[in-house]
Amino acid sequence: MKIDALELNFHQLNNKIKECQDEKIKIVNCCGHRYLASGSSSKIIEIEGVPGNALGCYLDGSEIFVNNNVQDATGDTMNDGGIYIYGMAGDATGYAMRGGEILIHGDIGYRAGIHMKEYQDKKPVIVVGGTAGSFLGEYQAGGIIVVLGLNCENKIPVGNFCGVGMHGGKIFLRSDVRPKNLSDKVVCKIADEGDLNDIKDIINKFCNIFNESYEQVMSKSFYVITPNSNSPYKQLYTMN
Amino acid sequence: MLKEGQFRNLSGCAISGIFSKDGTAIKGDKIIKSIKIMHDRSNGLGGGFAGYGIYPEYKDNYAFHVFYDSLKSKKECEEFLDRHFEIVNLSKIPTKKVASITDEPLIWRYFVNPLPHKLVDSQLEEREFVCRCVNKVNTFIDGAYIFSSGKNMGVFKAVGYPEDVGEFYRLDEYEGYCWTAHGRYPTNTPGWWGGAHPFALLDYSVVHNGEISSYDANRRYIEMFGYKCNLLTDTEVITYIFDYLLRRKKLTPKESSLVVSAPFWSTIDKLPQNEKEQLTYLRNMFSGLLITGPFSIILGYEGGMMALNDRLKLRSMVVGEKDNMVYIASEESAIRVIEPNLDKIWSPKGGEAVIVELNK
Repeated sequence: MKIDALELNFHQLNNKIKECQDEKIKIVNCCGHRYLASGSSSKIIEIEGVPGNALGCYLDGSEIFVNNNVQDATGDTMNDGGIYIYGMAGDATGYAMRGGEILIHGDIGYRAGIHMKEYQDKKPVIVVGGTAGSFLGEYQAGGIIVVLGLNCENKIPVGNFCGVGMHGGKIFLRSDVRPKNLSDKVVCKIADEGDLNDIKDIINKFCNIFNESYEQVMSKSFYVITPNSNSPYKQLYTMN
Repeated sequence: MLKEGQFRNLSGCAISGIFSKDGTAIKGDKIIKSIKIMHDRSNGLGGGFAGYGIYPEYKDNYAFHVFYDSLKSKKECEEFLDRHFEIVNLSKIPTKKVASITDEPLIWRYFVNPLPHKLVDSQLEEREFVCRCVNKVNTFIDGAYIFSSGKNMGVFKAVGYPEDVGEFYRLDEYEGYCWTAHGRYPTNTPGWWGGAHPFALLDYSVVHNGEISSYDANRRYIEMFGYKCNLLTDTEVITYIFDYLLRRKKLTPKESSLVVSAPFWSTIDKLPQNEKEQLTYLRNMFSGLLITGPFSIILGYEGGMMALNDRLKLRSMVVGEKDNMVYIASEESAIRVIEPNLDKIWSPKGGEAVIVELNK
């Protein structure tokens, strides 16, 4: 089913998505409509235009394909499913994400994957084709974030304060240069074969969806950042 | 009524700006369309616009836009204006009845020039003289508020959703080279006509999404130089900070951005020597003007526009370009709705000023 969003507000558009019996839905003329497909579990949604904030929040199994850019807080607290973005993404993408995957072909804003977590079989994944802003994986507690830095002019594809407050999960940065200025609360090393096994499948999927060469992506070295268990956050602020 | 600052309640707003680098006139309905798409970011308790280049026929006069609570305050203010200025033209600002806009004050516009002998006697530079007069009216004349005082520019604001405010002021009848807009969600402070954005002094106007944690430190500092934060809203102090840094201290817009949104010392430490020296100097010299807390702002000034985020980038902002036009907004949708085919779109980093000026 095709839904024209032009004359609809976000509430009306979301209701149409919820009421729609078809598995496949295409939304055209989307412009700033918020919370699209929130909590949705069994649909495949294609979006033309720029969806509003919190696209796919609480998503629970549906797949969303966006042909353009997305705004802030995409996949906020999503639980399952996938969001695939051909353009770039705004700030706080994957905020508190707890399952599923978000793949972005372009760049991503500040605070991607902030408060991301994992539990048993729930392991959220974010893959960024371009570069990421500062505070990537801030307070990350689980899951995997990969930044590929494709077509990136900077040597290091991430901003300042990467992994600040991190206490679980992994961040992979595809780079020849070791990221600078990391906190002593994280450790950073060149990813070995075992580490890379964690991301091979998802990178393959990324390359298939966005038409990139898997060999070329994997030809460069990856740094992997994990919490530093030798330097825990003990008494960081106060005795208690 | 309890006004701004007399009680506290957190914030979310929308901002948008359009700038034509070659000076091509942009009609006011365009900025209304842009800010309207972000309707849900505001709650109907404040909307406003600033237009630059809108009064070409009076471009050498200061354009005062004034709210009056009563005829008494109007009389008192006009007596003050008569004593200090030559009034070239005065009129009600044309408005249109809009169902959602109610309780409007009296809204008047005056095109003025300082009386030459008053200016000479004051021993002040002309703009400083005008600035002090505006301050005096806003502080000492009860119920009168000059909310716009620049040349060839004007602020239009009210309590209401921004698209309704734009219709109320008939902005489709104005055209200029630059427009900024604001949709308000007042959460710290109540919504009232004077508390809507933009906040303006002379040709500087500010629209702001966010909340300044350093407000009181900034206020105490800036009040040492004669500014009066008599509206007690955080945005007001940003306008005065830019007036102080740009007009009085003659900093460039870029330098002023490095004062209010200064990089962390840990970031400065790692920069090349000359940059490190400059940033250290600015941070030390104007330490009281560092603004902390989340913000995205658009500053309008004669011939230019600057967009700036707090250094942690706690509020969203995107910039788009198409030929000679530059668009800045809280959300990409607000740009796409007026220009679907952009040459370029990006998100500036925290503390990275985006400055556009008229082509020379």
